[in-house]
Amino acid sequence: MIEGILIGLQTALSFKNLLMVMIGCFSGTIIGMLPGLGPMTAIALMIPITYGFDPSTGLILMAGVYYGAVFGGSTSSILINAPGVPGTVATSFDGYPMAQQGKAGKALAIAAYSSFAGGTISAIFLLIAAPSLSLVSLSFRSPDYFGLMILGLTAVAAFSSKGNFLKAMMMVVLGLMLASVGQDTLSDIPRFTFDNMNLSDGISFVLVVMATFAMSEALTIIFKANDPTKAAKQISLSQLGSIKLDKDETKKMVTTIPRSSVLGFIIGVLPGAGATIASFLAYGMERNFVNDEEKQKFGKGSVNGIAAPETANNAACSGSFVPLLTLGIPGSGTTAVMLGALLGFGIQPGPRLYQTNPEIFWSVIMSMYIGMVVLLILNLPLIPYIARVLATPRTFLIPLILFFSLTGVYLMSFNNFDIYMMIGIAVVATILRLYDFPMPPLILAFVLGGLMEENLRRSLLISDGSWSFMWDRPLTIVIMLTIIFIVGWQIYKSFFKKKL
Amino acid sequence: MKISPSKLISLLFFVFSGYYLYTAYQIQVFAFDENAPFNAKTFPIYLGFAGLVFSALYIILPEANPTDVDLKVLDYKKTIGLTILMILYGLTILRAGYFLSTSIFLVASYIILGERKWIWIFILSFPFVAIFMYLLHGLLNIYLRDPFLKYIGIMG
Repeated sequence: MIEGILIGLQTALSFKNLLMVMIGCFSGTIIGMLPGLGPMTAIALMIPITYGFDPSTGLILMAGVYYGAVFGGSTSSILINAPGVPGTVATSFDGYPMAQQGKAGKALAIAAYSSFAGGTISAIFLLIAAPSLSLVSLSFRSPDYFGLMILGLTAVAAFSSKGNFLKAMMMVVLGLMLASVGQDTLSDIPRFTFDNMNLSDGISFVLVVMATFAMSEALTIIFKANDPTKAAKQISLSQLGSIKLDKDETKKMVTTIPRSSVLGFIIGVLPGAGATIASFLAYGMERNFVNDEEKQKFGKGSVNGIAAPETANNAACSGSFVPLLTLGIPGSGTTAVMLGALLGFGIQPGPRLYQTNPEIFWSVIMSMYIGMVVLLILNLPLIPYIARVLATPRTFLIPLILFFSLTGVYLMSFNNFDIYMMIGIAVVATILRLYDFPMPPLILAFVLGGLMEENLRRSLLISDGSWSFMWDRPLTIVIMLTIIFIVGWQIYKSFFKKKL
Repeated sequence: MKISPSKLISLLFFVFSGYYLYTAYQIQVFAFDENAPFNAKTFPIYLGFAGLVFSALYIILPEANPTDVDLKVLDYKKTIGLTILMILYGLTILRAGYFLSTSIFLVASYIILGERKWIWIFILSFPFVAIFMYLLHGLLNIYLRDPFLKYIGIMG
């Protein structure tokens, strides 16, 4: 492991990769800060650029963007009570009241230090957990992988559906359908191409991500006549107060951070849960842990109230890399986008990544830590300046998002067919978003579609067409029972619980 | 009978799944693969059925959390305007080249959204695209074919 860490450090600390972490963190912070534009959009916008680099550098850039976007999200939560990402909603409960008391700098500092500490602790967990889990997952077979993919899809559907599980499942099926377009990987038989040469290689992953996130986010903002930067015009973004913390505040954070880190990391590892649930659970847990006097401060600018969700959401981000790096199965929409990018580099994450591409495996882990340091040292002091991005008028913001989306797709194929297809998918996605059809399950399904079919093919061929592979091994049975539980619980919650 | 928009979307998805399933059955597989446990159309067929089942369930079962959207507050004009502009961008990019079509696309979209600060409109279009192209060429070695810049002698 020490050798791996050194390889990772050597790769991550090269001048080019350090520069990428900084660029990633910086651009991620700016994009994540803009309400409505989360890490998925930020990473999606970066993918076409990363294809010009080697896989380690590309992935390091995306990891930096991920952390930067989460940090940026908490900045807008604290300053204007408009969370850039769902994972930072809980931060606004106490961050915004503290900012209203003239202590915005302090709230941002608490968020930054907590994020750093949460990220550091969880990076250590990741360092320990990932190689061990890689070894365990070597014993997984095709039926187990097929089961795990269904589990990941149902879990993401359950958590992102906001009570509309069937809507999320329709999006899963739609994502798998889009992934099935193009030549069959084994027989090369064209499927759903309608004799169009542009479809023979399938639909590009970058196109689908850009269309369903970046472009449809932009169209949704216009369609709903929202102005994400409106709140920023009402406050002073250049005078945020001191970022220094006193002894008492530091003491409070010291007790909060370890427990929130552990909780966040565990939640992050679970498929589908992610930073949002981790931050809410940590906030709730912290409220139960503190004394009555401190409890009264919750919702009014409590230090613990900011530290707990911020620690947990960053720990969850690191945790979500565990299933991606060790099993090759992303547990969230954001890591699904990263998986898609990895596949674009010709790298298949999974248990063998640890052995076949150790420099990628370790450099990503090490770059996460470096990303945290960059956020703390560079971004925190620069916040008063970066925060001015919040005041960018939407009349400039939206066209620039559309510009980066269109250019990104054009750079991949240099034809206009992809542009038309992206516009078509974006318009459909905008309408679906309007009626709460969630997009993360669609992306996850699109990325997993090919792998899922491959594992089902192997399972069915090995069992000679029998579906008994689903209960042949204890591990597969456990996975299938978990899926049945999630589906059953969601149906019960949606249709029966309310009526009781 | 009033049908909610979400159910209407589900109905459309039901029809789409039906068409997908029909097309899946039409996939031509090799003769020796026809009776194999798994061939090129097996997975799409399962997907078609899954789409039918989930959309049918949503149509039949009562809505747990109906989504209420006030259609009167939606900005159709600007959204449709931007969408048409993007289609026009797709139509012109190969003929006029990246620089000209992208710059004009940006200028037009700023104007559609109501921006009237002309200096910023100019800075964030022609010079912005030129710098972006320079970065693509210089840093990432990505060459963008541009008939317009070639015609005026800027690009080779």
